[in-house]
Amino acid sequence: MTILVIAEHDNHALKAATLNTISAAAQLGSAINLLVAGKNCQAVAAGASSISGIAKVLHAEADHFEHHLAEELTPLVMSLTAGVSHILAPASTFGKNLLPRIAALLNVNAISDITKVESADTFVRPIYAGNALATVQSNDPVKVITVRATAFAACPTTGGTAAVETIQATAPVGVSTYVSSELSKTERPELTTARIVISGGRGFGSAENFKLLEPLADKLHAAIGASRAAVDAGYMPNDFQVGQTGKIVAPELYIAIGISGAIQHLAGMKESKVIVAVNKDAEAPIFEVADYGLVADLFKFIPEFSAALDQK
Amino acid sequence: MKIIVPVKRVIDANVRVRVKSDQTGVETANVKMAINPFCEIAVEQAVRFKEAGQAREIVVVTIGASQSQDILRTALAMGADRAILIEAESTLQPLAIAKLLKALAEKEAPQMFILGKQAIDDDNNQTGQMLSALLGWPQATFASRVELSADRVAVTREIDGGLETLSLRLPAVITTDLRLNEPRYVKLPNIMQAKKKPLTIMKPADLGVTLPSGVKVLKVVEPPKRSAGVKVADVAELVNKLKNEAKVI
Repeated sequence: MTILVIAEHDNHALKAATLNTISAAAQLGSAINLLVAGKNCQAVAAGASSISGIAKVLHAEADHFEHHLAEELTPLVMSLTAGVSHILAPASTFGKNLLPRIAALLNVNAISDITKVESADTFVRPIYAGNALATVQSNDPVKVITVRATAFAACPTTGGTAAVETIQATAPVGVSTYVSSELSKTERPELTTARIVISGGRGFGSAENFKLLEPLADKLHAAIGASRAAVDAGYMPNDFQVGQTGKIVAPELYIAIGISGAIQHLAGMKESKVIVAVNKDAEAPIFEVADYGLVADLFKFIPEFSAALDQK
Repeated sequence: MKIIVPVKRVIDANVRVRVKSDQTGVETANVKMAINPFCEIAVEQAVRFKEAGQAREIVVVTIGASQSQDILRTALAMGADRAILIEAESTLQPLAIAKLLKALAEKEAPQMFILGKQAIDDDNNQTGQMLSALLGWPQATFASRVELSADRVAVTREIDGGLETLSLRLPAVITTDLRLNEPRYVKLPNIMQAKKKPLTIMKPADLGVTLPSGVKVLKVVEPPKRSAGVKVADVAELVNKLKNEAKVI
């Protein structure tokens, strides 16, 4: 039996969450094949061959794989399921979009967003926005799983010597077409993989004030995040949202500024190693999960903190 | 155009859930229940299509116990035309739900399904995608904007890193993200009118569906508690702690 991991990439580079997914797959005990499907993604496939723990890289090229539409990738993955015991992908919008389709066509259940592998058929996954953890067991012949990247370490990208095998592309389905995308451009690290995340909340009061975080983030090489309240108020675009309905992050340092700490926000960041909370309300629930809390006005805090960092 | 909107009854989003002491699940007795927020957004979207003259009929459906009629009435009060309750145990998982919805599609012949992207109880985020695959229809998950034309629908999706717009051939399956719309507040006269709208009750067997077994839940526990740390007096102390105690900067 083999394990099939579906790589997430943009035809140029592998998305980091794929490496965490491979780590989860490695705990299942069989040989792992990594599927890299796209258009002109040879470099991604070639680069993936050095990832530690991969048996084979399966490389599929086609025009209709360019935008990784679930409808187009589903038949390809279905053509590769013989002898496969587990199919895994990151629990990103890519993986969540694709894997349930495959499970349905295999007539098996899908297991979303696992945070722990207990055994080859038993997994832990958060439910109720992380307010409870369910241990679930699947008796299905194939386990179809999305993996919460922050719950598993990234596997090393060197040391492997997997062969790259070109596989036959399946025919286009053509029921849906890609029109356009607007991706947030940023020089800063990606929110879900950054070592440090600085998030702001409704306390900032305006989109203009939210920009105060930028020089601070640059100084710390941090990613910027936002609470749902800040997103709903229009201070930041939704893809910066940290929380149950946004991104789940677990950086080494999470700094929450002007965030009260609604349950849904905590669900997105409480696995961070060190949490700092800065809020002018001493009773704000965010302090209940913070390692270091500072009761302060954020407009005073930001320049002071920034100046203190300069002195190091 | 006929639209089917599947909805789910869940613990109200404002209720703090409690894990049962026997670890079999989460306490639902005497807890306030409501329509899943993402499903409510789906109903709202369907009603907006109808108000814009782009949809003829909206059918809401839920699969669950008899009590689930309350959320169907909510959806009817928002503007859905009729409701279907498929009576089954409430612990059915997405594959079973998708199979029931597929069978219903064969009976009702809708041109569109709009569903919430996930239910806030099990957080599975699977049903729409599974239904789409079983029907062989295109899908657009995590929708934040939808625009209908004669035989296609353009959907802007909330993806990691930004937005993506797809064009789908109809019939299609759409799942809603939070920012698609803000559901309307239901007024009392609408609630009264909703009581007169048709609500049909059926069983899975009426649709000829044999339910698959689901994933077995072995136990449900509370997550490890994070203990509150210390309050620092000022920025200098904070920087000192981060540098020398936590060693993260």
